[in-house]
Amino acid sequence: MSYSEAEIKELEAKAKEVRRLIIKMIAEAGSGHPGGSLSATDLITALYFSVLRHNSAEPDWNERDRFHMSKGHCCPLWYAVLALSGYFPEKELLTLRKLGSFLQGHPDKRTPGVEVASGSLGQGLSVALGMSLAAKIDKKDYRVYCLMGDGEIQEGNIWEAAMAAAHHKCDNICAILDYNGFQIDGEVQDIMGLEPLLEKWKAFGWHAIEIDGHNMKQILSAFQEAKKIKEKPTIIIAHTTKGKGVSFMENVVDFHGRAPTKEEAEKALGELE
Amino acid sequence: MTEMLYQRDVYGKTLAELGRQNKNIVVLDADLSGSTRTSLFAKEFPERFFNFGVAEQNMIASSAGLASCGKVVFVSTFAMFATGRAWDQVRNTIAYNNFNVKIVASHAGITVGPDGSSHQAIEDIALMRVIPNMKVIVPCDGPQTKEAVLAAVNIPGPFYIRLGRPKVPTIENKSNFKLGEAQVLIESKDIAIIACGVMVDAALKAANNLLKRGVKAGVINVHTIRPLDSKSLLDAVGSSRGIVVCEEHSIVGGLASAIEEALTENNPLKLVRVGIKNRFGQSGEPAELLKEYNLTSEDIESVALSLAS
Repeated sequence: MSYSEAEIKELEAKAKEVRRLIIKMIAEAGSGHPGGSLSATDLITALYFSVLRHNSAEPDWNERDRFHMSKGHCCPLWYAVLALSGYFPEKELLTLRKLGSFLQGHPDKRTPGVEVASGSLGQGLSVALGMSLAAKIDKKDYRVYCLMGDGEIQEGNIWEAAMAAAHHKCDNICAILDYNGFQIDGEVQDIMGLEPLLEKWKAFGWHAIEIDGHNMKQILSAFQEAKKIKEKPTIIIAHTTKGKGVSFMENVVDFHGRAPTKEEAEKALGELE
Repeated sequence: MTEMLYQRDVYGKTLAELGRQNKNIVVLDADLSGSTRTSLFAKEFPERFFNFGVAEQNMIASSAGLASCGKVVFVSTFAMFATGRAWDQVRNTIAYNNFNVKIVASHAGITVGPDGSSHQAIEDIALMRVIPNMKVIVPCDGPQTKEAVLAAVNIPGPFYIRLGRPKVPTIENKSNFKLGEAQVLIESKDIAIIACGVMVDAALKAANNLLKRGVKAGVINVHTIRPLDSKSLLDAVGSSRGIVVCEEHSIVGGLASAIEEALTENNPLKLVRVGIKNRFGQSGEPAELLKEYNLTSEDIESVALSLAS
């Protein structure tokens, strides 16, 4: 399946809009996780605006594809795509992390469009597995997408789920790994290296695809490829840049979990014009 | 002759019955389906049963995904692993979402017996009752196990139901189970004995013996530890001179703590805890262990006598 230049351009423009919202809402909140939100932006923008079968007017639609953000700290990204998809008004984004807001610091079921809370790392692939098994029982053809972080897959629970999803031949699961190379304490390869990663997932019985996670064509192709794989779950290992799109945040570990100051936010928004 | 039943036998049969009535019921186990008796459901409904292997964290977190798609999920393994190994998954992914997941764990307490301490959950009530949204039931016998499971199916949200390993005597002449409603088995006069699980039978034996010694002790079965029926407990304790709380669990954080929290503000009575006192379990036969850990009717009697005198 090929994609028109117009479609790619449109998604790229949408991703820029999402990045602007991420900066605005985290700056307003005064805390949050910009680095990993920005690194996964292109992946999740493509998912919500080109791949996912969903309808914001009917969030509980039985036939909807499921999306679960296992790396819950990057919820500003999720909230941005949900708002732009019409699940709630964009102005709500500025209530992020405030008392009484339905936009909690980590994903919460009270947010329209969020199915299952997350935040404690390593559990999301299991949640996706449960959704996948429910689809099998109900003989439904919806697909289940799950975004994980690279530091997150150091959790043992992920590998329990990886083993089980292959065992049950969950070909309706498409996991997405935001491989930006950084975690809170530093570079992933220094803290607890993951390589050889493609081989690990293959050894666990998965179909594994490696892509540039900022290249829209590659992202869309990977999602299409995943749909065609039978009898196996698929993981898209997406090489990304932490803080992507904002020069002074790129590959700066400090921005894993620090909000930009007012001045930094203005500068960032200037770069995202 | 008193009827003796395995609570887990009753659980397995009840689950299979429910499976016939409700197509939305899905059952998960972690390589202990023979012991927990979920195998009875698995045999009849293989398409709605998933064995997760020895991977409790994955099992518990996956139950949330199934529940998010409208399933009523029963999750079973030993109490130690359901509540200890996977506590974070229970807290963050089941209870926080208020999902319709029923954790029915067997082999709780020291009556696990010869397997020893690693398999004897004596902290599980404490671990589960501190979690918001979680309802905690400790059935006292076989028939009450069925009643508890049926109640859990009909009430949306997460439950923890604690079952033991050995056969337990059926407690006669008790009222029908109602979630959150303590059962007064004997009215309290001098002393109130409050118990749950296997300790209810010991409490009844103790009360009978105490009567012969001139002490009128009441017995209250608190099968629902959360939500706790504090109002009727206050009424039931009435004008007693003291309370003995009995549980096959650590004296910290379980039924005794729940009772203390509920009653001390209103009823500053002397309360003595019959439970496991800052020790781990060990190998032994269930009866030997109950004796070793001072969880017999004689222990209840001596504590009650000291309060009554």
